[in-house]
Amino acid sequence: MTPVYIAKATQVAARSLDGEMMIMSAKDSTLFTLNEVGTLIWQSADGTTPLNEIVEQKICAEFDIGPSEALTDAQGFVNDLADHGILVVSSSPITAAMPAQGAAS
Amino acid sequence: MSLMQELGQRALDCGVPLSVQLDVTYRCNERCVHCYLDHNDHGEMTTAEIRDLLDQLADAGVFFLTLSGGEVFMRMDFFDILEYARSLMFCVKVKTNAFMIREKEALRLRDLEVQDVQVSIYSHRPEVHDAITLLPGSLNRSVAGIRLLRSHGVKVIIANVLMMQNLGDHTSVKALAAELGAGYTIDPTITPMMDGDRNVLRLGLGVPQLQSVFHNSDLVGDVDSFCAPPIGASGDVLKELPCSAGHTACYISPYGDLFPCVQFPLPSGNVRRQKFMDIWRYSDQLNQVRSITLQDLPVCSTCSHVGSCSRCPGLAYLEGNMRGPSMQDCEKSFARTGIPSANMHLKKNTPPFRGLVQINALLPAEQKPSCSVLDNVM
Repeated sequence: MTPVYIAKATQVAARSLDGEMMIMSAKDSTLFTLNEVGTLIWQSADGTTPLNEIVEQKICAEFDIGPSEALTDAQGFVNDLADHGILVVSSSPITAAMPAQGAAS
Repeated sequence: MSLMQELGQRALDCGVPLSVQLDVTYRCNERCVHCYLDHNDHGEMTTAEIRDLLDQLADAGVFFLTLSGGEVFMRMDFFDILEYARSLMFCVKVKTNAFMIREKEALRLRDLEVQDVQVSIYSHRPEVHDAITLLPGSLNRSVAGIRLLRSHGVKVIIANVLMMQNLGDHTSVKALAAELGAGYTIDPTITPMMDGDRNVLRLGLGVPQLQSVFHNSDLVGDVDSFCAPPIGASGDVLKELPCSAGHTACYISPYGDLFPCVQFPLPSGNVRRQKFMDIWRYSDQLNQVRSITLQDLPVCSTCSHVGSCSRCPGLAYLEGNMRGPSMQDCEKSFARTGIPSANMHLKKNTPPFRGLVQINALLPAEQKPSCSVLDNVM
């Protein structure tokens, strides 16, 4: 399976409020809030840790869910965030901040 | 409840300062006739001090950061500050007159992904705009700056402060904003000087002019809704908080002084001497502000407008009592609905305070406060 790497897009504003992330897209000023699990994935999006590792080490360790189901959910989640331009998804490690696909230029 | 309202409520419940305005300088290249600031530099925070402050604000949970002045580009390190703020993932709004925005600055603002840039435009006519800013050529330069920002996709909002000098121009300023692809907002409030000097209020709109503005659907949208008669103190309205100042928002001056709001100059601490969070949590002044609900306002709690008034506690403070009414907002409520506020009834039935009459008598006729218009209406 090809590893998936995720990094926070540079075009967003983000802050944790009461344990949940609020994220504002610069593209269209849309405001998102992430639940506890989404927040954990967002905070772990360092560009170098593969998504399956994040799921196994962070999600499965804290929540009662199997790795396979959690990874499927997480992949859908990160793709959704990437579509909104607030997360960068790549098949190789992301070492430098880069604009998210589809985000404002 | 919208998502933004939900976040505001959660921030309030958690004691989080969701929004901060930081004025990075009071220096300015313009000398706007209505400005409430002293433009001399009395020892602004250094770049390092501001970076440390931004770290503290991020740790405190601040999400919305407005960088303003003065004119922000009077600071040579403004982009260093902005870049650092964005690296901390603040949602940054910048207020500027855009006079100094050229290609390089516009590109940098685009690259730093600011949420929006707000520019004050007073009129579409240079002779009116420049007479307010007292800077020749300022309208043309500001509009050129806006064009550059828009050409690079930066969101711009034109703020149109309404005064007697430019009242007839708002339709054309709104059209200019549309032509530039910018948003448009009006503000009919003139703020007293931070030292309490109220002379600038003479420039503000009187009740007849406010009535004209508030009954203009191009400016306020649904006039029937905006100017609906007050519904009084229904439900739990008296338990509500006056506004976000000191609750989920605050203001920090270039000298590190912290206030509940830019329009509420109650000194509450200084970030050069104290940690931001210590002031936010433990300042007696902020906690005093937080303790006030609408039912604690002796006059306003009895007013029919209490549920719909735009009462600003900062303006009330500048009038002498943070629990008192703000006459400017009484005038707005009256201009919207035609129904006098409790404060206006009280003032009408109270003989003029002798001291004030004496002060008024010392002012030249053209410097008399605009509330004399209100006396004529009543």
